[in-house]
Amino acid sequence: MGVQTWTFIIVGLTFLLYIGVAIWARAGSTKEFYVAGGGVSPLANGMATAADWMSAASYLSMAGLISFMGYSGSQYLMGWTGGYVLLALLLAPYLRKFGKFTVPDFIGERYYSKQARMVALICAIFVSFTYVVGQMKGVGVAFARFLEVPFTTGILIGIGIVFFYAVLGGMKGITYTQVAQYCVLIFAFTVPAVFISLQMVGNPIPQLGFGGTMSDGTYLLDKLNMLSTDLGFAEYTSAGMNDRINVFFITASLMLGTAGLPHVIVRFFTVPRVRDARISAGYALFFIAILYTTAPAIASFARVNLIETVSNKSYESMPEWFTKWEQAELITFTDKNSDGIIQYVANKDKNELIIDRDIMVLANPEIANLPAWVIALVVSGGLAAALSTAAGLLLVIATSISHDLLKKSIMPHISEKGELLAARIAIAVAVVGAGLAGMNPPGFVAQVVALAFGLAASSFFPAIILGIFDKRMNKEGAITGMIVGILFTTIYIWYFKPQLGGPGTPDGYWFGIKPEGIGTLGMLVNLAISLVVSRMTAPPPQYVQDMVEDIRIPRGAGAAVEH
Amino acid sequence: MSDKDLSLYWKKNLQYLFILLSVWFAVSYGCGILFAEALNSIKLGGFPLGFWFAQQGAIYTFVILIFVYVRLMNNLDKEFDVDEK
Repeated sequence: MGVQTWTFIIVGLTFLLYIGVAIWARAGSTKEFYVAGGGVSPLANGMATAADWMSAASYLSMAGLISFMGYSGSQYLMGWTGGYVLLALLLAPYLRKFGKFTVPDFIGERYYSKQARMVALICAIFVSFTYVVGQMKGVGVAFARFLEVPFTTGILIGIGIVFFYAVLGGMKGITYTQVAQYCVLIFAFTVPAVFISLQMVGNPIPQLGFGGTMSDGTYLLDKLNMLSTDLGFAEYTSAGMNDRINVFFITASLMLGTAGLPHVIVRFFTVPRVRDARISAGYALFFIAILYTTAPAIASFARVNLIETVSNKSYESMPEWFTKWEQAELITFTDKNSDGIIQYVANKDKNELIIDRDIMVLANPEIANLPAWVIALVVSGGLAAALSTAAGLLLVIATSISHDLLKKSIMPHISEKGELLAARIAIAVAVVGAGLAGMNPPGFVAQVVALAFGLAASSFFPAIILGIFDKRMNKEGAITGMIVGILFTTIYIWYFKPQLGGPGTPDGYWFGIKPEGIGTLGMLVNLAISLVVSRMTAPPPQYVQDMVEDIRIPRGAGAAVEH
Repeated sequence: MSDKDLSLYWKKNLQYLFILLSVWFAVSYGCGILFAEALNSIKLGGFPLGFWFAQQGAIYTFVILIFVYVRLMNNLDKEFDVDEK
């Protein structure tokens, strides 16, 4: 059977599974819709959080990026895992004790103000929508390439599936579907890695394998360094000074963004107790770490395999996958010196081969000659990653509108049934909107996602941290901080991203910081402004200070309540 | 629970956070970034050490840190009698 038949079978089966789970776990009340009834076990919550968290970017793009970046790629690995330590230690237990439904809920109550709630609401929608557009695009690409349907049809199929189980199931449906999606995606990610690790270094554990020796007796990474420098690229494992400044800032921005992303934070409202919130952050990171420690191994293997397959080989002798990706215009070969041989080198004038980094995870099993069903499995894993993240984000958008905007601001007397209906309508509108935006995305997937992290880091992170750890923080400080932080970051990213139409050039970067890392500075600006402004204005009322005292101790945390 | 106990409980909590976050910073930003090049001259099997910290070691440490925190806090909650029944 060919790759396409296998893809139809495996993708079809996994979709049936998701829909089945969604019907079994459909939501009947707002509480089930928003926080899955607050009764999810920490282990299941950990898995769902992991699937929610690992997007098309983690699954499809990250290993490819590392493969081409070498050491600098570490910023994604540490940045997208280290934030969980901040979440577990600084946020999750306290937000759980606080016991409401959404992040704007927390901001609104803690800062005793409707304006604060509205600012948080707008930030949450802005961040989540930016992020979800990237996911819809990922879904479209995967369908288009492997089901050989047009890109727009691919997105439409994606919209249909997410629509079905997010609208029906709310948080409850999404949580249990995500558990299934985690299992699919982690299996699909590790199986090819184990095969390739066995093939190349004879070790079934990829995490150890990429430090192992190849059949000719040299260490794989030494060999990779040698191959890279021979072709004029930087040494794969070396950490240059220039790299390190940006790796530092981008890592920090991704970590702080992780801890400020509303769709991740809201997961800690779904468990029954404070201690469950703590441990489920641990489980979540453990499940995430399985993928995140495998990805750098895949990156190294793929890089060695790629160089050995294409470098200085004749164009005629290229395998089938090469031609297929050429047709998709994701690999381009220009025979500059007309010798029929592929020169793949760092020197731009002599280099004849351009490879899109995003294809590495999908192409990797083919490059390593693995069977067709493994390739189909990888595709279904990519779809699981994109769909699970999209669903989680869409729910945040929907709850922001039905709960924070309607129930808490405009129509406080809306019935539970009415609120549930509003949530379902909001999610439906959001799915369609995100799908349409995904057809004309503003810039590339990874860039859009990086933007979302910077925005989350510079808006929510300080407001929540200070809300818990600084009793004196008042609404004036928090609101000013959030507005200045998110504006500063948005303007810097826009100014220095030519893809978004900004006029800036890399020479103008402040302290040499790339737009992807600016969220770190935005966070510091927010923090400083919040502290200064709050000390110059009146302290928060006594009942708010008592509330802060109360969320600091675990006892007395009921299930998440309306009021 | 008295105010004095509460502030002691909170102080202990902050102490734990300080220690754990110092380790968090040291493995990622320290070993994985600032001192990565220096550590790369040391080999751990086939891995240059700085590179290993950045792509493997830091992540393992993160997972362990959270589980250590959970243990410490659950014990602290019991000690101060603020745990959930």
